[in-house]
Amino acid sequence: MTKNEFAVIGRPLPKVDAWAKVVGETKYADDLFLPRMAYAKLLRSSHAHARIKSIDTSRARALPGVFAAVTAADLPRVKFGILPVSQDEEALCAEKVRMVGDPVAAVAAIDEETAEQACRLIEVDYEPLPALMSIFDSLAHPEVRIHDYGDGPNVHKNVALQFGDVDAALDGAHLVREDVFFFEGNNHMPMEQHAAVAQWTADGKLTLWSSTQTPHYVHRVLAKTLDTPAAHIRVIAAPVGGGFGGKTDPFSHEIVACQLSKLTGRPVKIALTREEVFYTHRGRHPVLMWIKTGFTREGDITGCHLRTWLDGGAYGSYGVASTFYTGVINPVTYKIPVYKFEGARIFTNKPPCGPKRGHGTVQPRFALECQLDRAAEQLGLDPAEMRRRIVAEPFTKTANHLTVTTIGLGECIDRVVEASGWRVKRARYGVTAKSPRASRSPRKRGLGLACSAYLTGAGTAIYWNDMPHSGVVTRADRSGGVTVLCGATDIGQGSDSILAYLTAEVLGLEPRDIHVQPADTTLTPVDLGSYSSRVTLMCGMAAIQAAGRLRDAIFQAVARKLEVSPASLVARERKIGVPDDWDKAVPFARAAELGEALHGVLAFPGSYAPPKRAGKYKGGGVGPSPCYSYSACVVELTVDEETGAVDLEHVWIGHDVGRALNPLLVEGQVEGSVYMGIGEALMEEQIFRKNLHKHPSMLEYKSPTTLETPEIHTILVETDDPEGPFGAKEAGQGPLLPVIPAIANAIYHALGVRIDEVPITADKILKALELKRVGKPPRVGPTRLPLLAFKPPLVVESAFGQPADPVVSRPFAR
Amino acid sequence: MKVRVALNVNGEAREALVPSHKTLLEVLREDLGLTGTKHGCELGECGTCTVLVDGEPVLSCLALPVEAEGSRIVTVEGMAEGGRLHPLQEAFVELGAAQCGYCTPGILLTASALLAERPSPTRQEVKAALAGNLCRCTGYTKILDAVELAALRMGRQEARS
Repeated sequence: MTKNEFAVIGRPLPKVDAWAKVVGETKYADDLFLPRMAYAKLLRSSHAHARIKSIDTSRARALPGVFAAVTAADLPRVKFGILPVSQDEEALCAEKVRMVGDPVAAVAAIDEETAEQACRLIEVDYEPLPALMSIFDSLAHPEVRIHDYGDGPNVHKNVALQFGDVDAALDGAHLVREDVFFFEGNNHMPMEQHAAVAQWTADGKLTLWSSTQTPHYVHRVLAKTLDTPAAHIRVIAAPVGGGFGGKTDPFSHEIVACQLSKLTGRPVKIALTREEVFYTHRGRHPVLMWIKTGFTREGDITGCHLRTWLDGGAYGSYGVASTFYTGVINPVTYKIPVYKFEGARIFTNKPPCGPKRGHGTVQPRFALECQLDRAAEQLGLDPAEMRRRIVAEPFTKTANHLTVTTIGLGECIDRVVEASGWRVKRARYGVTAKSPRASRSPRKRGLGLACSAYLTGAGTAIYWNDMPHSGVVTRADRSGGVTVLCGATDIGQGSDSILAYLTAEVLGLEPRDIHVQPADTTLTPVDLGSYSSRVTLMCGMAAIQAAGRLRDAIFQAVARKLEVSPASLVARERKIGVPDDWDKAVPFARAAELGEALHGVLAFPGSYAPPKRAGKYKGGGVGPSPCYSYSACVVELTVDEETGAVDLEHVWIGHDVGRALNPLLVEGQVEGSVYMGIGEALMEEQIFRKNLHKHPSMLEYKSPTTLETPEIHTILVETDDPEGPFGAKEAGQGPLLPVIPAIANAIYHALGVRIDEVPITADKILKALELKRVGKPPRVGPTRLPLLAFKPPLVVESAFGQPADPVVSRPFAR
Repeated sequence: MKVRVALNVNGEAREALVPSHKTLLEVLREDLGLTGTKHGCELGECGTCTVLVDGEPVLSCLALPVEAEGSRIVTVEGMAEGGRLHPLQEAFVELGAAQCGYCTPGILLTASALLAERPSPTRQEVKAALAGNLCRCTGYTKILDAVELAALRMGRQEARS
């Protein structure tokens, strides 16, 4: 298909919610004000690890203006967590706190200030326990247990998978590299702090408006933790002011607001402060990595062995999935015939880590791409040409049994190489360049490249079930308007718009004719949530199916009226008719009336679940996706060797998006991903001092402003993937991945020093230059690895190079 | 202690009885119902709560309403005139410069103050003017593009009139 076959798809249209956003009409959760509403605050632990001996709320309750003060005793004693295997959180801690910021009590009062004041009057008697603030601490002190579950003392998860004989493959290699990397954790820092409004009404029913990316999971957790039938609970995701994975867990404050509403008989609002957002976290895991890869003389990979140690923080969150994700996605990018992965997530007394844009795959991508750069240099190969050579084959399986479909990575590499002037600039710039002018200036210029792949939606749901991952109901009314009901949550990525575009395309309407009703567990069919880059594909496929069924029903009625066959009809320009006899075409509104007269109410469901093709081994459920996006990135920068300051000048990014349903929105996702990657590469870090977050504020937690963000040149590559809606793949996460290693590789090109630790700060660069000056290996990065016995690997035959299964089970496809 | 404040907001005379330490941000949102102004940090770090006071961008989370008495306050709700969007608002819609939209009001107002002072700024000048407004979604690219587009259109409008 070519672009001009479409009326809506491929056009740079405004988002359907853009107007509301520019005039300030969009109502985020904290913009809701209900009559008689009370304001709640959480009292959070000031200890990183402590037993709670007693809590006395009497002084808080006595304060004028306080409606209720609660502790764990006032809630059902039920633990929760996003993953069924890690139910380890409490809405309010009962016996123990595991991090500074753990909630222990809450107050609802006439206003926020009174609630805060009351919190300060709550007396908590703690018995401090040793705080374990690093992977090394937690493993060195097995006698101190943060949790009493997991795969060993303070080990949340320990996984080991082997696909083929990796040792033999490494033995037979021309070059074997062994490198160690560290990726520091960082926060999503969405501009909107989490907020929720709960209203438990006199009829015993509960409504929660929340800034959440996953209303369906919040719905399930509220039913469990409040011991209330799910049927009496309604969760509405308000438009989300930025998520990036930070609003993907169900949270304590949501549960507590509901309980306070029940106890006070008032609506209750709770809005986190920026400091609380940093402590609520669920951000990027700090990960230590060891990677050993074998190469042939030509640059082919013979095999790869990766070990990862994740600093999980105090709770499970998505951690089991995060652990797998550090290992399973790298093989999707390149030909890796055999592969071994060992990973472990360690509990520490810090805010829990979870999913952030690129979930778990960003850290090992940094490791692999920096290692490939070194290997290319040792082999005397151009890093771009070497990668081009080893790009995975489309429609095959990887060593770890993931099925890949279309792959546009080769074209992505070619186009960023071309656009950036890679060949000329690589020779002209860099530490080895012979330009006399360049050598005098302390500002050295460098060019670096890296690639990546990312999933377009997780192939399995968070809790095991056979139901759709995404559902849509589409109805047409007599006005000619169409309403799309879908549980998808718009977090700024544009899911409401995508639903409108796809429906309009199928029905021959304009996007403004479509009313999208999103993210309301009472009104809309379930969509699992805005995570894992799943929404455009999964909601999109469901929306196309629903709109197609509606169109078929209307075509049947119009065909009778025009006395033609339904197959001869088309829908376009808000009419339905036969192309050769367009004068007789029926306006859509009239067609909807004919349809309703023939069929009754015109409302049709659409359902989507991913193809069932997970590898048949334990752990095979993490990694499969309907299709994968691919990205290649070239960074051009200068580094000042006197100050260590890095100035990014240009980023060229090629992204295989399958098809750009709206190129403007795809570019926006790519640019935002590049920006976030830059922040992680150069400045953002969630670090701790004396058990406290070192800088839980937007001033001290450095993030790129307009001045640090370079010109971003986006190149979209279309591969028309058979799995995606009109061929589309994801765009919201994948393009973040290559940016970080491309920056590290460019710094090496400029200065000849390796910073194997993110963020790459000026002091690390200066330290490496100093090492270089005194003749030591010019590298700054981790120098020791944790002592932890990985369990014996599950050994599975490598599926590398096998063709994609021709027959796949596709639930709900008909 | 509560004080009565009289404010001119978006050309309307508004009054509120508020605790004397309540910030302009809180009064706009909670007492005057103008929730278009957002909060990102409430410590003057992110630019999200920017409003215009006599044409100058002001962080409303650090301002007290009494300081703004007698001044003209403009919030995002006051940018459109007579149902017609400000050229900046139009450009932000067209170019996809608002993703989650949460930083958008503050950025629109900061940009409008820039364009009032410098009708055709360079890209570097736009960047410098917006350096105090954080956005986590867009990578700023579409925002800068939209400000430039609006400047261009406003310049043309000026030339015609």
